[in-house]
Amino acid sequence: MMSNTSHKENFIKGLVKENPVFVLLLGLCPTLGVTSSAFNGLGMGVATVFVLVMSNLVVSLIKNFIPDKVRIPAFIVIIASFVTMVQLLMEAYTPALHEQLGLFIPLIVVNCIVLGRAEAFASRNTVVSSLVDGLGMGVGFTLALTLLGAIRELLGSLSIFGFRLMEGDGMLVFILAPGAFISLGFLIALMNWLKDRSAGIKR
Amino acid sequence: MAKTKSSFVNLIVTLAVITFVGSLSLGFVFDWTKEPIAKAQMARQLKAIEAVVEGYDNNPVTEKYKVVTLDGKDSLEFFPATRNGKRIGTAVKTKSGLGYSGDIWLMVGFDKAGNIIRIQVLEHKETPGLGSKMTLPSFLNQYYGKNPGKVNLKVKKDGGAVDAITGATISSRAFSESVQMAYETFQSVKHDE
Repeated sequence: MMSNTSHKENFIKGLVKENPVFVLLLGLCPTLGVTSSAFNGLGMGVATVFVLVMSNLVVSLIKNFIPDKVRIPAFIVIIASFVTMVQLLMEAYTPALHEQLGLFIPLIVVNCIVLGRAEAFASRNTVVSSLVDGLGMGVGFTLALTLLGAIRELLGSLSIFGFRLMEGDGMLVFILAPGAFISLGFLIALMNWLKDRSAGIKR
Repeated sequence: MAKTKSSFVNLIVTLAVITFVGSLSLGFVFDWTKEPIAKAQMARQLKAIEAVVEGYDNNPVTEKYKVVTLDGKDSLEFFPATRNGKRIGTAVKTKSGLGYSGDIWLMVGFDKAGNIIRIQVLEHKETPGLGSKMTLPSFLNQYYGKNPGKVNLKVKKDGGAVDAITGATISSRAFSESVQMAYETFQSVKHDE
């Protein structure tokens, strides 16, 4: 059993040290695809948190019953079930968001973070630490997507979370796919610079 | 606890149990969300109809009917708007596959004479910032109050009266095409009073 401090570390590592988007560079398809606005990024993040936490929970619960040779198909069935549930629930209760994210929700199934955490963490750790890991990774993913979405929305449509800050047209490129790569590149550079600085490395 | 061995029977049993439990829970969620989803879809359609026809007191969604297009390849959904039982307009759901990417779905409101009241873009996947400007009033206003039977609502490049969106002639053309299809289908049938 892990102590409380290591649970805290376990949670925090998903936010900064092993942030799925900025450090592990996993799940880039939804990251680049849906972050044309801050709200879309947040919505995608929350949906992913749900799937991550639930699949980590179930995988860690039944890890001993799953024979090694079929563990990947078993994980995928579990993940796909949760993703379909999220999709149905979103369609029922947040139709506007569902319309926006549409195509990208089913793609959570093949998001490397979800399968990656099930395989690398939940199938080897206790239920509680798997839950914490899923939550940390999910929140890290959500933060990254919201930040990226906010930057692209600000530069591309001059608004934030749908509130217009200025009149006029933004820089269109930031709404389009190339803008996603450009913004992500600068964000990763910034993260690395901050990391180096806090470690005392001068450049 | 020891891990289950990867024997032939174990593999089959484990996967069967997992898929069974998965489908069972999905069945429950599906059943549970069926009604809210139908309600949300109805609300969405009603909102779109409200935006294109005004002043009706019936529920156009429950009274909808389908009309086959002139070329017979497709059929469009018609939502009749009535007030005190009298027909005051029709919302026609129409689409075009000629857009820049994916289908463009529109809701076009016609009055009894076939004049366009208003148009609402239901769904499109056009380029953000270019084709997506079809949802803006500056573009839509060109269609309002016009009768496609009298005014040529093609884009100017095709000899019509509509200013295409800058950098998005294809999207504008597809938009006009679907409005035209809605109008022709609308005119092809008699509508009850």
